[in-house]
Amino acid sequence: MRIGVFVCHCGSNIAGTVDVAELAKRALTLKDVVYSDHPMYTCSEPGQAGIQQAIKDKKLDRVVVSACSPHMHEQTFRRTVEGAGMNPYLMEMANIREHCSWIHPDMAEGTEKAWEIIKMAVAKARQLEPLYANEVSVNKDVLIIGGGVAGIQAALDLADAGLKVTIVEKETTIGGTMAKLDKTFPTIDCSACILTPRMVDCSQHENITLMTYSEVEKVSGYVGNFTVDIRRKAAMVDWNKCVGCDVCVQKCPAKAPNLFDEGLEPTKAIYIPFPQAVPKRAAIQVDYCRYFQTGKCKVCERVCPAGAIDYEQKDTSVTKEFGAIVVATGLEVFPWEEHYSEYGGGKIKDVISGLQYERMLNASGPYGGHVRRMSDGADPKTVVFIQCVGSRDESVNRPYCSSVCCMYTAKQALLTKDHCGMDTDVYVFYIDIRATGKGYEEFIKRVQTEFGVKYVRGRVSKLYEQDGKVMVRGTDTLLGEQVEIPADLVVLASGIQPADGAKQLAQTLNISYDEFGFMKEGHPKLRPVETNTAGVFLAGVCQAPKDIPATVAQASGTASKVIGLLAKDKLKTSPQIAVVNQKNCVSCWKCIEVCPFSAPEKQELRDGTYKSHVIETVCQGCGICVATCPVNTIELKGFTTDAILDQIEEVLQSQL
Amino acid sequence: MAEATNNQASGAATTGAAPGGAGAPDRPVKVVGIVCNWCSYAGADTAGVGRFKQPANLRLIRVPCTGRIDPLFALKAFEKGADGVLISGCHPGDCHYSEGNYYARRKFELAERMIHHLGIPPERFKWTWVSASEGQRWQKVVTEFVAGVQKLGPREGKAL
Ligand SMILES: Cc1cc2nc3c(=O)[nH]c(=O)nc-3n(C[C@H](O)[C@H](O)[C@H](O)COP(=O)(O)OP(=O)(O)OC[C@H]3O[C@@H](n4cnc5c(N)ncnc54)[C@H](O)[C@@H]3O)c2cc1C
Repeated sequence: MRIGVFVCHCGSNIAGTVDVAELAKRALTLKDVVYSDHPMYTCSEPGQAGIQQAIKDKKLDRVVVSACSPHMHEQTFRRTVEGAGMNPYLMEMANIREHCSWIHPDMAEGTEKAWEIIKMAVAKARQLEPLYANEVSVNKDVLIIGGGVAGIQAALDLADAGLKVTIVEKETTIGGTMAKLDKTFPTIDCSACILTPRMVDCSQHENITLMTYSEVEKVSGYVGNFTVDIRRKAAMVDWNKCVGCDVCVQKCPAKAPNLFDEGLEPTKAIYIPFPQAVPKRAAIQVDYCRYFQTGKCKVCERVCPAGAIDYEQKDTSVTKEFGAIVVATGLEVFPWEEHYSEYGGGKIKDVISGLQYERMLNASGPYGGHVRRMSDGADPKTVVFIQCVGSRDESVNRPYCSSVCCMYTAKQALLTKDHCGMDTDVYVFYIDIRATGKGYEEFIKRVQTEFGVKYVRGRVSKLYEQDGKVMVRGTDTLLGEQVEIPADLVVLASGIQPADGAKQLAQTLNISYDEFGFMKEGHPKLRPVETNTAGVFLAGVCQAPKDIPATVAQASGTASKVIGLLAKDKLKTSPQIAVVNQKNCVSCWKCIEVCPFSAPEKQELRDGTYKSHVIETVCQGCGICVATCPVNTIELKGFTTDAILDQIEEVLQSQL
Repeated sequence: MAEATNNQASGAATTGAAPGGAGAPDRPVKVVGIVCNWCSYAGADTAGVGRFKQPANLRLIRVPCTGRIDPLFALKAFEKGADGVLISGCHPGDCHYSEGNYYARRKFELAERMIHHLGIPPERFKWTWVSASEGQRWQKVVTEFVAGVQKLGPREGKAL
């Protein structure tokens, strides 16, 4: 065996705390190591060329790259060695950066640990064998979960590229948060005017199927071949008949909370969220429906001209196949009422959230765009905005910046002047103003100078009611003095968080998420729209807070990645999978029981007996069966028992 | 003969020179970690990216899933003289392969008892969950575990 070891400097990232030259020298003392080097940047072109040259010149048959995490560059270096004619699975990485140089500032300590990491990698390299990828055919249909602007953009891009797309949306209509907004910063163009045409495009596109009022229940399979169970919730209305005429809504006698209007005013038990809904179909909230609650009413059934009401309707489930999945489940407004008792905890009527204010400003909202006090309907003379409510606040476990509130508050402040008159007093309490997008800083300046919105730097410590006003008590930290403003209306720039159920969905899809439920991208810089599960992609706020321009840009990026994936007719599957040595198989079928993917099967042999066999293209390489097999006759390629034991032994060699 | 005192040389000091030379009972301990690729290995990466300092006593072995881990690996490590063994995977519900960590949990609950039965104190064996985004948690797990093992000191000689 001829092993080459390459100990990367990574500039000073590794060489700053690990003596790479010394390690390259020491590596030559290891059994089977015939060559070593310490390139400045192993992943750079000259670095990779150096490996390829060494493979040829020194006739290397194993390569150990001692550098960063395999999550960073395993693919890179597999390609490198492949380029020199070596099987890509004969390359092993030793992670001496993330797991060593970056966490151990002491040179001696770092070098000794790196040495052991390298020795372990060499021990593993000795156990590597050439592996060959399989191919599977690819289903070219795409599932998009969430029909906000992210899902819509991705769907249209994909459909225009000729792929068949299904959007699964949990509400009765697509549109998401953007459909609720009045105007959008920094251009103050009407949100609905730019969004609704795209919603209609979705419903009319021959390549797009809309499944609203539906949720993903179960996902199995793997990239190129996902099987997804989708549950369509019972709307108690036959949507094939419903024409969205709204008569049932007008006549319905029962009130129900209006989630689309963020609870400002009630809607009816049978509802259509908003006039431009797509699809425009009615649904019954059974918890509020008089018929469902008392057994009597049926007004909607009587008035429906299409005969669409169906009180017996049940949830239905369909199973569909997809090649790729895009998650675009977006945002939820931070439930400030539960966390900010100092702001009245939702009990002061004239304190509302930013999204409620959008509905108030909106001409198709509950007040026809008339800004009013919630308590008495009067026109407000003084409006106060408070930023960072549920953002940048450790005390409510929301340390992150929601990234859109500075801008939407400035927008809302401007619109307040516009709706209520320039003589209205408008204050914004802020910590810092974050206006980093194109034209954003200029927009803030305009709001401050041209519209005379008064920005006060400081946190508001308390809101309380007095003489029909909401008293806003805080500190102006620039002037260093206490301020108290009697406001008619207070709008909280409530932060944003992942949609309800985002964590459960992530679990269903086997993708990672952070402590808040934002889904985790494959790599923060280099794989921003992929996830660590091949074939599952992200778009929009489900990944991190962002505004509409960034959401749309990301969604198009996601679409192009999906198109890239599905442009192939066959996909290579990882050969690092389980293989049964049938000679020793005792046909206990424990492997079949434990496999989450149904990869092992009973295979009939020539002598009529049955032994376990792992279907190569189905196996995902987890190795659960390997550790379960009572006779140790299943092996996991790339992570063999011998390789693991050799690493253990290597590292403990000097221990006894 | 667990924890038998045996002043056999163990030159594997990693942090500087142990006073009293190699084999001194207060040499830095060595801990073997076996972690899943998707959560805990990536969590350790995240800790690295965040420059979250950790004791240098841990040596990590990467496997696809904790479900791949045969409890034998831990026993083997102890047999070969490991001072501690740490196993970490995805949080329940978050397994990349949907249920590998549940199988692992069942196995390690049993293995843990067996390991104690063999006379190895509980502080030397730990299994836990650290997700890919929990760099800080990883730092804490490693720091606390290594400190606990270091408190007991090196396991001089074979214990199994
Ligand atoms: C008050 C406020 C004002 C704003 N103003 C502006 C502005 O002026 N300009 C600007 O650029 N940005 C603004 N934003 C930000 C903007 O709303 C977001 O950038 C944008 O809506 C993100 O789009 P999205 O598709 O990622 O998420 P969303 O718009 O939230 O859409 C997500 C969709 O997924 C659906 N969904 C969720 N979970 C599931 C599930 N499990 N299954 C199926 N479907 C699901 C939801 O029902 C929803 O339809 C504002 C945000 C707020 C809160």
